[in-house]
Amino acid sequence: MRFTLNGREISCEGSGARRLLDVLREDLGATGTKEGCGEGECGACSVLIDGQVVDSCLVAVGQVEGRDVVTVEGLALQDGKLSQLQQAFIEYGAAQCGICTPGMLLAAHVLLEQSRRLTADDVREGLAGNLCRCTGYTKIIDAVLSCTK
Amino acid sequence: MVLSSTIGRSVPRREGAAKVTGAARYTDDLVIPGAWYGKTVRSTVPRGRLRSITLDPAFDWSRVVVVTADDIPGDNVVQLIRDDQPVLAPNGGEIRHKEEPILLLAAADRGTLEEASGHIRIEIEPLRPVYALEEATEVFTTLEITKGKVVEDLEDMEVVERTFRVGLQEQLYIEPQGAIAIPEANGAIRIIGSLQCPYYVHRALKRALKLSDQQAIVVQAETGGGFGGKEEYPSIVAVHAALLARKAGRPVRLIYDRHEDLAATTKRHPGVITHRTAVKKDGTLVSQDIEIVLDGGAYCTLTPVVLSRAAIHAAGAYSCPNVRIRARAVATNTPPNGAFRGFGAPQSLFAAELMVEHVAERLGMSSVDLRRKWMLRLGDTTATGQVLNESVGSELVLDAALKAVPTAQPLNRRTARHGRGLSLVFHGSGFTGSGEKKLQGTIGFEALADGTFRILTASTEIGQGTKTIFCQLAADALGVGLDKVILAPQDTSLVPDSGPTVASRTAMIVGRLVQEAAAEVKERLKREKAPLRLEKSYFQPDSIHWDETNYRGDAYPVYAWACTITDVEVDMTTGEVRVTDLVTAVDCGKALHPVMAEGQIEGGCLQAVGWATIEEIKMKDGGYQNDRLATYLIPTALDAPRIRTILVENPYSRGPFGAKGIGELPMDGPAPAIIAAIHDATGIWLDEIPATPEKVLAACASR
Repeated sequence: MRFTLNGREISCEGSGARRLLDVLREDLGATGTKEGCGEGECGACSVLIDGQVVDSCLVAVGQVEGRDVVTVEGLALQDGKLSQLQQAFIEYGAAQCGICTPGMLLAAHVLLEQSRRLTADDVREGLAGNLCRCTGYTKIIDAVLSCTK
Repeated sequence: MVLSSTIGRSVPRREGAAKVTGAARYTDDLVIPGAWYGKTVRSTVPRGRLRSITLDPAFDWSRVVVVTADDIPGDNVVQLIRDDQPVLAPNGGEIRHKEEPILLLAAADRGTLEEASGHIRIEIEPLRPVYALEEATEVFTTLEITKGKVVEDLEDMEVVERTFRVGLQEQLYIEPQGAIAIPEANGAIRIIGSLQCPYYVHRALKRALKLSDQQAIVVQAETGGGFGGKEEYPSIVAVHAALLARKAGRPVRLIYDRHEDLAATTKRHPGVITHRTAVKKDGTLVSQDIEIVLDGGAYCTLTPVVLSRAAIHAAGAYSCPNVRIRARAVATNTPPNGAFRGFGAPQSLFAAELMVEHVAERLGMSSVDLRRKWMLRLGDTTATGQVLNESVGSELVLDAALKAVPTAQPLNRRTARHGRGLSLVFHGSGFTGSGEKKLQGTIGFEALADGTFRILTASTEIGQGTKTIFCQLAADALGVGLDKVILAPQDTSLVPDSGPTVASRTAMIVGRLVQEAAAEVKERLKREKAPLRLEKSYFQPDSIHWDETNYRGDAYPVYAWACTITDVEVDMTTGEVRVTDLVTAVDCGKALHPVMAEGQIEGGCLQAVGWATIEEIKMKDGGYQNDRLATYLIPTALDAPRIRTILVENPYSRGPFGAKGIGELPMDGPAPAIIAAIHDATGIWLDEIPATPEKVLAACASR
């Protein structure tokens, strides 16, 4: 199997039926992607496949053959500095326990890629697939909206 | 150079960068070479006697490690308050709930584990289970609080009686429970896990595995939320992992999946609370007679302490000359209930706050006016006879919330009705009664030779900001930059026992110790040279008195206060309740880090919104029917209202810079405010949460 992970060419052995989540975490050491429920309800395992937010617990690794996968490890800038969104998450207190943060960041990243003219309601809708139990979402929404300016 | 204080400034979270880059390592992220996978085999019946465990001889058992109660070297007890809960059900012993652990398996891969578990036969002789709290005959604990004398001669008085019910709730930290056990030299076992209280786990390990203080090592990994759910349960996960690792002679990872976590771990105690309140026609509060029954589930866990906090808060944030609170916790054959943010207070305050509404309605008064008349003020006496002599924020938060009250939102749908509700609550910060005195939480503080300082505590970061706030407190007391202060890892082989990370005590009690230790080190450095180290333990001031036997005296060092106003929309066709706005004013003493204080409050409020509206656990044959995240729903970003927090600073003399604990308080206020708002919208009074569409429609229909 071949695909790109955070811009790097990856080739991996084994069954194409394995969950992308497990391959990322166990074979490729990309443990920033978390398992919260294993059935596509919480969004903690969100990754981007060809720019779309997908729950990696529901994807077989065979399905990403030849495609472009981005995880939280791929969000920082090329020089290793934090992106504007990552900075905003720290500044606004959008990450508390941090376990939903990687998935939340990826979902928010896609929203901001699609449009920089977002309302609070747009952000709520865009993040509705990612559960957070710490923040009440208010600070996450503020962090995302701060990046539209 | 004079460094400006960071107290009151929202500096970046210590581990913030690690959390936004994916570098933070949670338990399941850790790569442990040679580790096997563990699994817990559980009871499928709610009550019975374990007769036999048979391993199918057709399976090659050399591929797995099997642990039963016979493999426990120490006591077969989960160390907590009462020795009633076994680590694993013993042969011939009673199984008291569904999902009770019976045996443990470990194997090199998950496939072998699954295969092996299909070759085990467990024979249980069924016994008659008790599910309903009303039918329970076994009582874990009872207590009574009395102040004055409940008034029986009720002539010329209005008497309002009402019974309220609250349901189970799951903490739903997004990272499920998990621990990795690693056998080390000299019979030691190292646990790395997702947990709130390293020393709880340490004590449990010592007891069940017969280990010395040094042989039991407990390390907290980055932890993905707790909310009380990782207070006592991690002791079970850790002991199980340790038993497997000991027998396997290699590391074992025991990581729950969401389904197991939902099905087997502790929930918020459900309860039934009845109030009988007597008032004069002018609204003067004369007497409160309150009965509380909580369902503890199958084992005691922390139930007596939960009941205690429930009872102490049961009269609400009000001053009444005559109070009787009778409380008991009973046993049922359901999975044990345990710690959950608020620890009994959300249950009893839900009832207390709605009673204000019902009395106000009976008298034809505004419930806000009635609260103003009743509320505890400086110098007033609580139900336990505690005189409130400082930092009483009742009126401050009420005024602040009313001033910020949102303007009514336009309705989204023609069928929806809009309503608004308010609540006023208080919450004791720190352990109840003599808890802090008995525990004597201890921290270490070091000045290192390179000019940096190190804080040593067992207090854990679970998202609430412990790491950041401790560093702020130390840096400020020392007059150095934040970069000069580091934190030792939460590892029992390195840090003293500063107590569990629970009870809204970490910033206020342990934070104060950090502040004092840092100040002392600064003084000593005027005469001595680094490196130096000191320890500092909690010292109970003589002014705090608590009579445990009679439940009289200073139940808490101080209280935090909150007034919450919620707006709801009720869809009259579907019965769906949507919380559209939520404003909460909180007297936190002093906001050490305003963004984190707000974050705690907002998260707690939304957890309470979930409890009040959508989070329902349906029981079937003693188990939870909706034990998956597809069926147990929590609020998403779309369900959540915008939450506005107003921090009111009303300093407490013994808190660090005046700070009071606020971790649990936000769980108390939203539920009763939402039920009052539903009444405002529809005219119905619900006595039970969650306010599901079925309940709303049924109440509307019978009106």
